[in-house]
Amino acid sequence: MTTPDPPPARELLRTEGIRKTFPGVVALDGVDFDLRAGEVHVLLGENGAGKSTLIKVLSGTHRPDAGRVLCDGKAVRIGDAEAAEKLGIATIHQEFNLVPHLSIAENLFLGRQPRRFGIVDRKRMEADAQALLKRVGVTAPPRTPVRELGIAGRQMVEIAKALSLRARVLIMDEPTAVLTSEEVNRLFGIVRGLRSEGVGIVLITHHLEEIPAIGDRVTVLRDGRSVGQVPANTPQDDLVTLMVGRSIEQQYPRKAGSGTPAAADQPLLRVTGLRRQGVFQDISFEVHAGEVVGVAGLVGAGRTEVVRAVFGADPYDAGRVEVAGKKLPRGDVWASHAAGLGLVPEDRKGQGLLPDASVTDNLGLVTLRESSTGGLVDRSGLRKEASRIAERLGVRMAGMEQHVRTLSGGNQQKVVIGKWLLAKSRVLILDEPTRGIDVGAKVEIYQLINELTASGHAVLMISSDLPEVLGMSDRVLVMSQGRIAGELTARDATQDAVMALAVGTSAPGTSEMEDSPRGH
Amino acid sequence: MAIDTQPGHRLDKRPGGNRPPQMASRFLKENGALGALIAMVVLLAFMSGDFLTTQNLLNVGVQAAVTAILAFGVTFAIVSGGIDLSVGSVAAFSGIMLGWLGTQGVPIWLAFVLAIATGTACGLVNGLLISYGKLPPFIATLAMLSAARGLALVLSDGTPITLPESVSWIGETIGDWLPVPVIVMIVMCVITALVLIKTYSGRAMYAIGGNEEAAHLSGIRVRRQKLVIYALVGAFAAVAGIVLASRLASAQPQAADGYELDAIAAVVIGGASLAGGVGKASGTLVGALILAVLRNGLNLLDVSAFWQQVVIGAVIALAVLLDTLRRRA
Repeated sequence: MTTPDPPPARELLRTEGIRKTFPGVVALDGVDFDLRAGEVHVLLGENGAGKSTLIKVLSGTHRPDAGRVLCDGKAVRIGDAEAAEKLGIATIHQEFNLVPHLSIAENLFLGRQPRRFGIVDRKRMEADAQALLKRVGVTAPPRTPVRELGIAGRQMVEIAKALSLRARVLIMDEPTAVLTSEEVNRLFGIVRGLRSEGVGIVLITHHLEEIPAIGDRVTVLRDGRSVGQVPANTPQDDLVTLMVGRSIEQQYPRKAGSGTPAAADQPLLRVTGLRRQGVFQDISFEVHAGEVVGVAGLVGAGRTEVVRAVFGADPYDAGRVEVAGKKLPRGDVWASHAAGLGLVPEDRKGQGLLPDASVTDNLGLVTLRESSTGGLVDRSGLRKEASRIAERLGVRMAGMEQHVRTLSGGNQQKVVIGKWLLAKSRVLILDEPTRGIDVGAKVEIYQLINELTASGHAVLMISSDLPEVLGMSDRVLVMSQGRIAGELTARDATQDAVMALAVGTSAPGTSEMEDSPRGH
Repeated sequence: MAIDTQPGHRLDKRPGGNRPPQMASRFLKENGALGALIAMVVLLAFMSGDFLTTQNLLNVGVQAAVTAILAFGVTFAIVSGGIDLSVGSVAAFSGIMLGWLGTQGVPIWLAFVLAIATGTACGLVNGLLISYGKLPPFIATLAMLSAARGLALVLSDGTPITLPESVSWIGETIGDWLPVPVIVMIVMCVITALVLIKTYSGRAMYAIGGNEEAAHLSGIRVRRQKLVIYALVGAFAAVAGIVLASRLASAQPQAADGYELDAIAAVVIGGASLAGGVGKASGTLVGALILAVLRNGLNLLDVSAFWQQVVIGAVIALAVLLDTLRRRA
């Protein structure tokens, strides 16, 4: 790859061949990266490319399995957050580390308040805080509780905290994702100021148009590898190609167009004009029997929020959901299930399973009521049904009484899907069905999806794994900033086309998307 | 890479087969509390000649009965990931209701029904506060702990109500050897086991306690089930209140004060997890028996009542500590 003219600045940080694996997943597979004093270095990549893992390695959350990190040219071990802090590396995560009920000043100096005779010297603390806040352009008095600040204000407090730690390296994980365009401009002003003071800044963003405005260099990650380092003024198209540039391998067993239905038949799932204030709007789509409809988009585009609302797990403000022509009531999971809708949630352990219950109990969860008469559960009947499904799905286990916590990710996912099959759901919503699952199990899940559609089921599949969406879908809906940005047929859906819709051409931060609340 | 559990992996290499000593050790491993109970009984049999007499053992049963019945109810709350602190007060209020209705000339069967309805109503209020008011179970039932006790005092004007003969038989002994409280305890234990194992609500309790979000997303109507759960806890508390009042032949507004803590201790000693999703009727019964045997044994051994409290505290801590270690292993 091309390397831009190296500015003659001092190198602050360098990684060489960083590798990090988690059970079943290679998150980083050889990342080379370097950061100089006084530059903004953008990290770019699809969801799951390894950006967050790299940041966590640099901030001491994860220890790499191989490779080394150099700080000022010397190899260092960043064993924990404290070690990172000592090296002058500060990280601003998407989730802020602030205590909402404490004041700005207390947050800035949490755990290291200036003390006199063991008593916190409030006056000095607030004076110091005032000086820091001035540097980042926050006008609120230091005594203001952090909860009274908006998102942008909290972010500035985080930056001020990093400054107070004399950070030389500032890592920011998607800082603009939650800001309005005005706030983005202010943030960039402050970032430029820090850059001119010699701070090295690592910036993650999904908004390509921000890159020339703020960045100096760009490193692109793909599948856990650094695949290119280019100047920030590289054209967007080239950046997209670098991000997605790989062919879809033969691991997706779906025959393209195999499930394309006749346009005349009634859709199994029809969603019209679904809207939830500040989260998503104008959501309309149909899924027919025998069809897999993929939902692509960046994390935070509102995909999960939409399917949860469709399923009745969360409320919505306006719109209509129909299953096989029958309108579903809002926010009623039981009714959705009774109508033949099933949801396999993105967080398998947190939302899909009873981890310490048996395979039988997990498989029988949805059908518990149907298998009860007069309040009594027909447990032996349920067990029989559950074993039948477990066998059909090929769940590898020691026995039906094994706790699902001890199953592998792929087998856990089969159990979550299985409980809906047991309930004879005809429309399955799969949210990130193969996340954290090893390749072999993935193919099994794909084959299962094919079997289901072949037998007349309809599948709506959210996935952040682009090749998977392209390889498995008959149609692809692309969401961006709470809207459906476009719909592509299997033929037209290329990685470039999907990414172009997903990153959107609209100005950054024009939407008022909040960090959408989940659950209740 | 994730390692798939091999099919039949465990079945193929069942270590050492099923020889009796191993079965026993495995049984005790899975029922640690029962092992402790047996050990205590054996130990006390050697240390005190009075312990292993029929009379004394039945005494232990009677002493355990009220705690156990309360604890069966609390098991429902704990299995579903909640807690109920109000059972002692609700028991007293229900007992007072029974006594008061008795003095009002209400037919005795109706008085029983209404007393149990009273406890159920208290539980329903708890359930409403928890599921629709979104109060944490700890807070909702703490409020009920105070309110139900207050109602008991109001209704009785702060004085005990003597129960008529037609009621107090519940506290008596049939044919000189079979105490009715023990029968009630066993019946309630069977009901608890049936509810937990066989009913839709019981299975829903495990699901909600195991993972409330997963239960919700699987179509279980969580809020409605919570109403059922706390109503059941209230009904069980009422039964305990009736047994207690009958044993004393008098309903007392200050009865069962602090019993909620014994009940929770019994459930936890019995192997339930306060995090929810785990718990059994038999475990709770064993937990209540351990507490009763311990008190009885310490009495027989002339240990002062003050020290007894220290020992019971240590046993609760030890039971849960051992359980935690066992689970981690």
